[in-house]
Amino acid sequence: MAEPTITLKVARYRPGKDSAPTMQTYSVPYRQDWVVLDALNHIKDQIDGTLSYRWSCRMGVCGSCGMMVNGVPKLTCAAFLRDYPSQEIRVEPLAHFPIIRDLVIDMSDFLDKLKSVKSWIVRKVEKPVAEGEYRQTPAELEAFHQFTQCINCMLCYAACPVYGLEPEFLGPAAIALGYRYNMDSRDQGKDLRREVLGSHHGAWECTFVGECSEVCPKDVDPAAAIQRTKVDLAKDWFKSVLLPWGAR
Amino acid sequence: MNGTAVRPDKSKLHYSKMPPTWWLKKPAYLFFMLRELSSVFIAVFLVILLAQIHQLTKGPEAYAAFVQKLSSPGWIVFHITALLFALLHSVTWFQSTAVVMPLRLGERELPRNLVLALNIGAWVAVSAVILILFLALRG
Amino acid sequence: MFTHDIILIGGGGAGLRAAIAAAEQSSKLSIAVVSKVYPMRSHTVSAEGGTAAVMRDTDSLDLHAKDTIFGADFMADQDAVEVFIKEAPGELIQLEHWGCPWSRDADGRVSVRAFGGMSVDRTCFAADKTGFHMLHALFQTSQKYDNIARYDEFYVTSLLADDGKVRGVAAINIYNGRLEAIAGKAVILCTGGGGRIFPFTTNAAIKTGDGMAMAYRAGVPLKDMEFVQYHPTGLPGTGILITEGSRGEGGWLKNKDGYRYLQDYGLGPPTDTPVHRKMELGPRDILSRCHMQEYAKGRTFEGPYGHYVHLDLRHLGEEVINKKLPFVRELASKYVGIDPVYEPIPVRPVVHYMMGGVHTDMNGSAPLEGLYAAGETACVSINGANRLGSNSLTECLVFGARAGRAAVQYAAAQGAPSSQRLEALARDEQQRLDRQFLRKEGGKEKIAVIREEMQKAMEDGAGIYRKEEDMKRTCQLLRELRERFSNIAIEDRGDVFNTQLTAALELDFMLDVAEAVAHSALNRKESRGSHTRTDFPKRDDENFLKHTLAHRTPDGPRIDYLPVTITRWQPEERKY
Repeated sequence: MAEPTITLKVARYRPGKDSAPTMQTYSVPYRQDWVVLDALNHIKDQIDGTLSYRWSCRMGVCGSCGMMVNGVPKLTCAAFLRDYPSQEIRVEPLAHFPIIRDLVIDMSDFLDKLKSVKSWIVRKVEKPVAEGEYRQTPAELEAFHQFTQCINCMLCYAACPVYGLEPEFLGPAAIALGYRYNMDSRDQGKDLRREVLGSHHGAWECTFVGECSEVCPKDVDPAAAIQRTKVDLAKDWFKSVLLPWGAR
Repeated sequence: MNGTAVRPDKSKLHYSKMPPTWWLKKPAYLFFMLRELSSVFIAVFLVILLAQIHQLTKGPEAYAAFVQKLSSPGWIVFHITALLFALLHSVTWFQSTAVVMPLRLGERELPRNLVLALNIGAWVAVSAVILILFLALRG
Repeated sequence: MFTHDIILIGGGGAGLRAAIAAAEQSSKLSIAVVSKVYPMRSHTVSAEGGTAAVMRDTDSLDLHAKDTIFGADFMADQDAVEVFIKEAPGELIQLEHWGCPWSRDADGRVSVRAFGGMSVDRTCFAADKTGFHMLHALFQTSQKYDNIARYDEFYVTSLLADDGKVRGVAAINIYNGRLEAIAGKAVILCTGGGGRIFPFTTNAAIKTGDGMAMAYRAGVPLKDMEFVQYHPTGLPGTGILITEGSRGEGGWLKNKDGYRYLQDYGLGPPTDTPVHRKMELGPRDILSRCHMQEYAKGRTFEGPYGHYVHLDLRHLGEEVINKKLPFVRELASKYVGIDPVYEPIPVRPVVHYMMGGVHTDMNGSAPLEGLYAAGETACVSINGANRLGSNSLTECLVFGARAGRAAVQYAAAQGAPSSQRLEALARDEQQRLDRQFLRKEGGKEKIAVIREEMQKAMEDGAGIYRKEEDMKRTCQLLRELRERFSNIAIEDRGDVFNTQLTAALELDFMLDVAEAVAHSALNRKESRGSHTRTDFPKRDDENFLKHTLAHRTPDGPRIDYLPVTITRWQPEERKY
C-alpha cells in the first residue's frame, strides 16, 4: 500500500527574485508522530534543498521554529500533522514581522526592545559573590516564576494585532520580561524600567486582546503581565501625585 | 559597533501590512472588537440618561414627553442592544479583573474561574439588592 | 573588516560566560560574540536536570572531586578537576546574582537534588529547565555590557591564523551571504559538541562540532574523542532528553517484566527512596550498558523505533512531578502521548555528550597561540572517560570564565592584527567556498544522504559497544564519505539565508569530527568509561591511562597520547 501523504503549502520568498511571497505546494508522507517541522525537514532533505527556515532543539525550548500553521502562530516542532485532518497545511512565516527569506523572519526589533526594558537584575550596589546567594523564598520565586518561562519564540507578537498595526509597540514578551524582573525580589530596577514600560508604546498601548496568552507555548501569560504592569504604573502614578514629597 | 548586533539589510526584507479587515479573520479578534464597541453603546446610553435627568428640571410635561419619545421601537431596540453590550462589557471586565488582580492563597494563585465566579456572584447580588430597593421604593 | 579584542565563537553557556568575564576585565576591551544562531537558541537551552557545585556544609570539595574523578574512570586531569570544583560554587552564586530563577528551599537557599554518580545532593536546579534558565539569565545579563558586540546568525567557516597565531575568523553573514573577516587578538571557541554525527541524539540540530573541526583544521589536536556519552533516558525516535533529575527525584528504570533490572548489574540493592550512586543513580555510561545487556537478554520492549525500557515516575505523585519535573511531563505528554503521572515513559540510551574536544589546558588555552576553547567544545579534561551528570553546565561557567580572563590577559600583550593579511586570508577562504560549494557545477551527492550514512556508520562502529572490525569498517566508510562529499550538490545559490550552504558546511565539519572519534576509538584497546570494547573488555591502566590526541592529516587522523595528571587520587577499580 502506498504511504499516505499530506499536502504542505509553504510560503516562499526569495529576496531579489520575488517581489512578494508566493505559496509552493509539496506532497510529504503523512506519519502519525510527525510534526510540521519533520515535514519541512523532509522537504529540505528530499524534495527541495532551497527551502529556508530556522530550527534547532526540536523539543519546544529553543524558540527557533515558530511559524504560522494554518494561520495560527505555532512552534512547528510541537504542531503534529495528525492535528490537521484537512489533508492540507499552510505554513507561513510568523505574521507581523519583516520576512528575510521563505519562513525566516527578522526579529531584531524584539532584541532591541528586550534590551530597552533592562531585562537583567539591576542593583544599586552589587553584592560580592563571596557574600553568598540572595535568599529567596519559594513564594517570592512564585511571584515571577511564570514570566521567566518565555523562550522568545515570537508567537505572541505574531498573534498581537496591536503589534501588527503599530510596530513600535513594546509587545507582549518584552513587557512580560520587564515585569518578570520588576517582580524579582533580588531586583532594584523598577524605577529605571518605568520609563520604558510606562511610555506611549509601552504597556498602555496594549488593548488586552489576549491572544498573546492564547498562543504562548509555555503558558507565560504575557497578557496578565502587561495588565499587571498597568496596575503597577497606575499605582506609582497615584503615589507620585498624592505623595509628591515621598519616595515612590 | 560595541553593544550592538549586526542586523539584516532592511531594503531586502519583505514587509506586509495588516488588511483593514484583520478583525474579521479570527473569532477572537472579532470578539475583541465587539468588546471595544460595547463602550460606544454604554456611552450613548449614559448621554441619554443624562438628558433624561436634565428633562426633570424642565417640569413634569417635558419629562413625560421625553419618556414618550424613548418608548418608540427604535429606542427600545437601541436600549436592548445597549443592555446586551453592557452585559458583555461587565462579564469581560470581570474576566479581566481575574487576570489583572490574582488572588493568592499562600503560595498558590486561586483559579481564575473561581475569581471570576466570585466577582460575578457579587455583581449579581448587588444588582439584586438594587432591584429590590427600586421595586420597594416604587411600590 | 570588523575588529575586536576578543572573539567568541558560539553564544551558549560557555560563550556568554566567557564574553561577560572578558567584558568585565575592562570596559575598554571590545568583545565580539559570533554565533550561527541567536544566543538564546544555543543548545545550553536544552539542558534540564541541574548544575553541580559544593553548596552545603554536608558536602566537601574533595568529595565532589573524588566523585568526578571516579566517574571519569580516572581519565580526568586531577589538577584541573580541583580547580573546577573550587571555582564552581562561586560561579553558581554569580549566576544567582544575575537572576537565574533557581528552585528554592523553604529557607530561601538554592535547592540541591541527587544526581547520577554523586555521593551527596549537590545539583542545583531550576525545576527541570536549568539550562534554559541559565542561558537566558546569561544572555539577558550580557545585554548590559556595552562592550559586547553580537554577530547573530554569522556562520564561522574558519579560523584565520597568521604567523602561527590565531588573529581572527572568517564568517558568513547569513543575512546577505557575504564572507566577512572579523579580526581579534584572541579567539575562544564555545561551539558545543557534535552529537549530530550520530543518528539518535539528545543534541539539537546545530550541534555539528564546528569549533572542534575548525581547531582540528588549524592544526590543534582533538583530545579523547573516543569518549562519547550515551544518556540512558532519551525518548525513542526523537532522542528527546528525559532528565536524569527524574531519577534524582526517585524515578525507577524497569524492563518489560516491570523489574528494576539495574540490581542485576551490581548497582543494587533496590530501595524505594533513591540512594546516592546506587541503582538509578549510577553513572550514565554504566546505565546505558545495562540497557544494552537487557536488550541482549530480550528483556526490553520493542517499538517502532527499536528497543526501550520504562522510566517509572508514577510513585512520585503529581505534586512532585509538577513542581520538580514539569518539563518531563510536558515532553512525555507531547511527544509520546504519555502522562508520567499515570504511565511509565519509554526511554532508551541516546548520544548525549562528547567528553572529548579541543585540547586545552585549565585556562582554556589550546596549543595554538591566540586560540582558546571552553564548554563541550573543549577537553580540559575534567570529564575523562565519562562525565557525571550536572557537571557540564558548571564546566561551561567555570572554564568559560577562565578562558575569557586568560584570553584578555593574552590579548593585552598582542599588537593589532594586520588587516591586509586577514583580508587576504578571507579572500582565500571565499575562493574555497566558491570552489567547493557556491560556484561548483555538476555535484551529484545529496547532503542528507551523506549525513545519514555517516550517522549510521558511527552508530554501527562507534556506539555503546565497539569492536575492532566494526570500527575499521566505520573508519573506511568515513573516508569514502569524505571522498563523496567533494561531489556534493548545492542547488541553492541564493545569498540570503542559504541554509543549504550552512548544512553543507556543517556536514563538512561533522565528517572531520566523526573521523577523529572513530580513529581515537579504534586505537584505544581497552574499555574505560563510555568507551567499551567487546574485544578488550578490561581497563588497561598500564597502556592506556593516557589522553588520546588526534591530529589531522590529509590521510586521516594521526593518533598520539599524553599522560593523565594524577595528584591525590590513585586509580582503583571503578565499582558502584
